[in-house]
Amino acid sequence: MTTQKVTLAKALNMGLRKAMEDDPKVLLMGEDVGKLGGVFRITDGLQKDFGEDRVIDSPLAESGIVGTAVGLALRGYRPVVEIQFDGFVYPAYDQIVCQVAKIQFRSQGKLKMPMVIRIPFGGGIGAVEHHSESPEAQFAHTPGLKVVACSNPVDGYWMIQQAIASDDPVIFLEPKRQYHADKAELDDTATPEPLLTSRVVRTGTDVTVLAYGPTVKTALKAAEAAAGEGRSLEVVDLRTLSPLDMGPVYESVRRTGRVVVTHEAHVNLGMGAELAARITEECFYSLEAPVLRVGAFDTPYPPSRIEEDFLPDLDRVLDAVDRSVGF
Amino acid sequence: MTQQSAPREGGDGFGPDLVEVFGPSQQDGGPELVQLLTPEGERVDHAEFRFDTGGEPEDEVIRGFYRDMVLTRRIDVEATALQRHGELGIWAQLLGQEAAQVGAGRALRPQDFVFPTYREHGVAWCRGVDPLDLLGLFRGVDQGGWDPAEKNFGLYTIVIGAQTLHATGYAMGVQRDGLVGTGDADRDTAVIAHFGDGASSQGDVNESFVFAASYNAPVVFFCQNNQWAISEPFERQSRIPLYQRALGFGFPGVRVDGNDVLATYAVTQAALQRARDGQGPTFVEAYTYRMGAHTTTDDPTRYRLSDDLERWKLKDPIARVEVYLRRNGLADDAFFASVQAEADDLGVHLREGCKALPDPSPLSIFDHVYSELTDELQTQRDGFAAYLDSFEGAR
Repeated sequence: MTTQKVTLAKALNMGLRKAMEDDPKVLLMGEDVGKLGGVFRITDGLQKDFGEDRVIDSPLAESGIVGTAVGLALRGYRPVVEIQFDGFVYPAYDQIVCQVAKIQFRSQGKLKMPMVIRIPFGGGIGAVEHHSESPEAQFAHTPGLKVVACSNPVDGYWMIQQAIASDDPVIFLEPKRQYHADKAELDDTATPEPLLTSRVVRTGTDVTVLAYGPTVKTALKAAEAAAGEGRSLEVVDLRTLSPLDMGPVYESVRRTGRVVVTHEAHVNLGMGAELAARITEECFYSLEAPVLRVGAFDTPYPPSRIEEDFLPDLDRVLDAVDRSVGF
Repeated sequence: MTQQSAPREGGDGFGPDLVEVFGPSQQDGGPELVQLLTPEGERVDHAEFRFDTGGEPEDEVIRGFYRDMVLTRRIDVEATALQRHGELGIWAQLLGQEAAQVGAGRALRPQDFVFPTYREHGVAWCRGVDPLDLLGLFRGVDQGGWDPAEKNFGLYTIVIGAQTLHATGYAMGVQRDGLVGTGDADRDTAVIAHFGDGASSQGDVNESFVFAASYNAPVVFFCQNNQWAISEPFERQSRIPLYQRALGFGFPGVRVDGNDVLATYAVTQAALQRARDGQGPTFVEAYTYRMGAHTTTDDPTRYRLSDDLERWKLKDPIARVEVYLRRNGLADDAFFASVQAEADDLGVHLREGCKALPDPSPLSIFDHVYSELTDELQTQRDGFAAYLDSFEGAR
């Protein structure tokens, strides 16, 4: 097999399978990841093929999942844990922030913590509360963690394998609304870009739009719509949120002079705030307008019938583009 | 403090009351307490547990325990003094818990792995960790100076109870390595998680019980019930003896006299062997007493009676072994003098070594945050280095 059209869910499943084939120390653990294949079916069929010792259905306790994964990692395994939904990661927050993130530092490198914590994140699926959160800034704020977000099937396939191969703990964010949405052509013989890199996914000249995870698609749609009006947007898929790969961003901003950042997370102290600060520090004399942020309002996630009003969409991105150009 | 109502009376359709099931709360640990050496230094038998040294001369092993406990206490005394002299920021004292820690520590085989709290100085001693390495954390020069993989002794864990999950996961790894129940004494491996009575209330500890039971993990939960979680008495954490909780999670629990090194050794050894044999987790409640303060910043006179302390002094873990050895002619004055001399040497090692521990360099802040320095951190490091260099006479 070289190329096939796959969804993000299938690509992640294939990536996990490949990682498990390549390294017998790779284990999957989480709630319902075994027979059921996970509530989103990302681990579908893996327990059947790799056995219950490597695809582990866990008791319903997130701190327990991450805490025992710490022990497995200390014993030389490479655990990949699934947090069923973003809003359920908080019971594991202490283990992630105080233990997972710090063990390398506390041991001065004598211990490694090669763990991947997969979190389906973001909204747009009409779910009940606690199933649509975007907690990335809370983890990106924590030294010792790497935080990445895939936006499409091809990246999903490669990035999950790269995250598993990393000796550092990785928070791996998967845009759940994209799981079964679009298919893409996956060539599993291609050479992927390094994990911790950002990428320009559409070139343009007027405004740089920064996005990651679910908002990459939003940004690309906005760019398409803007093109119809004779306005050229450049879209950067950040891919890595901690550490940030600012090189491609600075390069783009120095050409366009205008930036709009969009994410589903709350605007206040979100990734956009950090990006705006860094761009201001590095590209001050290139900027023609302030960096604008388009994110969720600083409210709790609303009932799902109005979630599309709460989340950034194509029109709000274009509105920000207009404000940037008109500044 | 609000007075709690007594456990509910039985006979209302909900089964027997707690007192009926567990008996009245016992200040001396209750009739279920496993003891092999009384506070008066008398050997006693127990129906289920016996002191088995595996062929080693018994007297020699007990003299070894005595030495371990005296040296462990000396570490504690010296570190406490170093804190008073301003050489340590803080110290977590273990005074009174020497038998619990040495008994548990000496029951381990080399391949077993220990997940400690921040008070396991006696277990660290048994694992061959240089006591000087324990001081680094409390002096503020590092966050654990030993190599956990070399000593099979994890880093001290400050967040209460978090390490019980690590122990359980590690034990799940041991299972996957095929090192449980092979019958090979040099390979079969157990894991031990240390924690205290306060930690028994933590979610992580209870989750570790669930996971360990569910996967039948080769882990021993070793709880030193020292009666106090800083200022809160044991009764604030539990209305039943802690070891009884294990049954609710689906594995056995036992309460041992934590001031009796022989009994602690025997019970821990049996629990570790169950784990190595593939029979799953065991809860050991070592019933003891924190003779000192929680840490050097604490003042127990604000919350507990000196009567209590006096009563527990009569149960001192070291004194009873000395009485036993002397009364039975198993150790002479020369032995006790040699241990004392060794303790004095250890004291010198700690006093001189502590003051000589180098401060880390400011730029080491950036080391080992990740397996490789990220570009972001490299930039911050370069900037900080240039800033430091900008001062006249710097470096």
